Amino acid sequence: MKRILLSVLGVAAVTVSISAASAQQYVATLRGEVDLAEETMPPPIPAQTNDDLRKARNYPEQPPLIPHKIEGYQIDKNANRCLTCHARSAVEDSQAPMISVTHFMNRDNQVLASVSPRRYFCTQCHVPQHEAKPLVENAFVDVDNVLEYLKENEGGSD
Amino acid sequence: MFSRLWNWIKGLWRTIARPSIHYSLGFLCLSGFFMGIIFWGGFNTALELTNTEKFCTGCHEMRDNVFEELKSTIHYTNRSGVRATCPDCHVPHEWTPKIARKMQASKEVWGKIFGTINTREKFLEKRLELAQHEWARLEANDSLECRNCHSEEYMDFTRQSKRAAETHERFLVTGEKTCIDCHKGIAHQLPDLGQAGMMKPQPTEAQIVAYLDSLEELGAN
Repeated sequence: MKRILLSVLGVAAVTVSISAASAQQYVATLRGEVDLAEETMPPPIPAQTNDDLRKARNYPEQPPLIPHKIEGYQIDKNANRCLTCHARSAVEDSQAPMISVTHFMNRDNQVLASVSPRRYFCTQCHVPQHEAKPLVENAFVDVDNVLEYLKENEGGSD
Repeated sequence: MFSRLWNWIKGLWRTIARPSIHYSLGFLCLSGFFMGIIFWGGFNTALELTNTEKFCTGCHEMRDNVFEELKSTIHYTNRSGVRATCPDCHVPHEWTPKIARKMQASKEVWGKIFGTINTREKFLEKRLELAQHEWARLEANDSLECRNCHSEEYMDFTRQSKRAAETHERFLVTGEKTCIDCHKGIAHQLPDLGQAGMMKPQPTEAQIVAYLDSLEELGAN
């Protein structure tokens, strides 16, 4: 009896592990097909784009992308490396674009004298770019093209 | 007591002032020469020993605060493995300024003994003052310690990003600014600098007070 029970358990264990293995083959993860217990070799980090050329925004309220390297920039309670060039008082020297007036607004749209705390941590919204192949496909279409298409095909929309 | 000491000094002086009886002039000269080598070599070895990263990070004040921050920066680790150690930036390389800085460092020994920055909190509180000392030193010597490695003459601006090249041409080549004016906080974290930017000349406290007073007067009228 004991023997039968053991063999049944063994078969069950093998089945579970096989199905787990086959399931693993089908789940596509960014991590690749590597056991959980094993460490993967991460791909090398591509260099940050540093051409200083402004990128077009994909939609009007998109935070502008950072067209330069920001490696090692300190942004904390004490100092903000970005503001040493992009602050209102610094742009004359740096000739960098000044942070927009929305950064001075509190949530009631009142303009404050200095940068609003809720807009202080630049990299929450603004990101640098890498010369890297996208990991997942993207079917995004610019809204201008969408509007054009709608105008032609449906006689406009309201 | 004093007369005995005085007599001993007088005796010593008589011995020193008298020509040697047993040793030849050549022997004395040569031994002086070799003793000089040993003394100078020993002095210089001891001096260089205090000029190493190992010595600087021997105290927890440096090891746990500024050295820890250095580790993630390009001056500690980078693609080519050429790196700067503490004295490369913080101690002048020329002999006379180096000795002057070493004498100033006695203040740091004082600070170590009396625990001026022996906790993280004390260090953070004093960090702005300490940083300002270093900035003032580098501003005064035209960022000499930066320029020991980063020579403006051999800098290839075409290899820099457009932004960096333009800024260097505008401020560095013209001598309008020196390295530290813009490159603060590259090897260690910045202290709280307040709202005002780092680049503008700051008004004095008196000017600010006068401005505020004039505003108040306007409000009163």
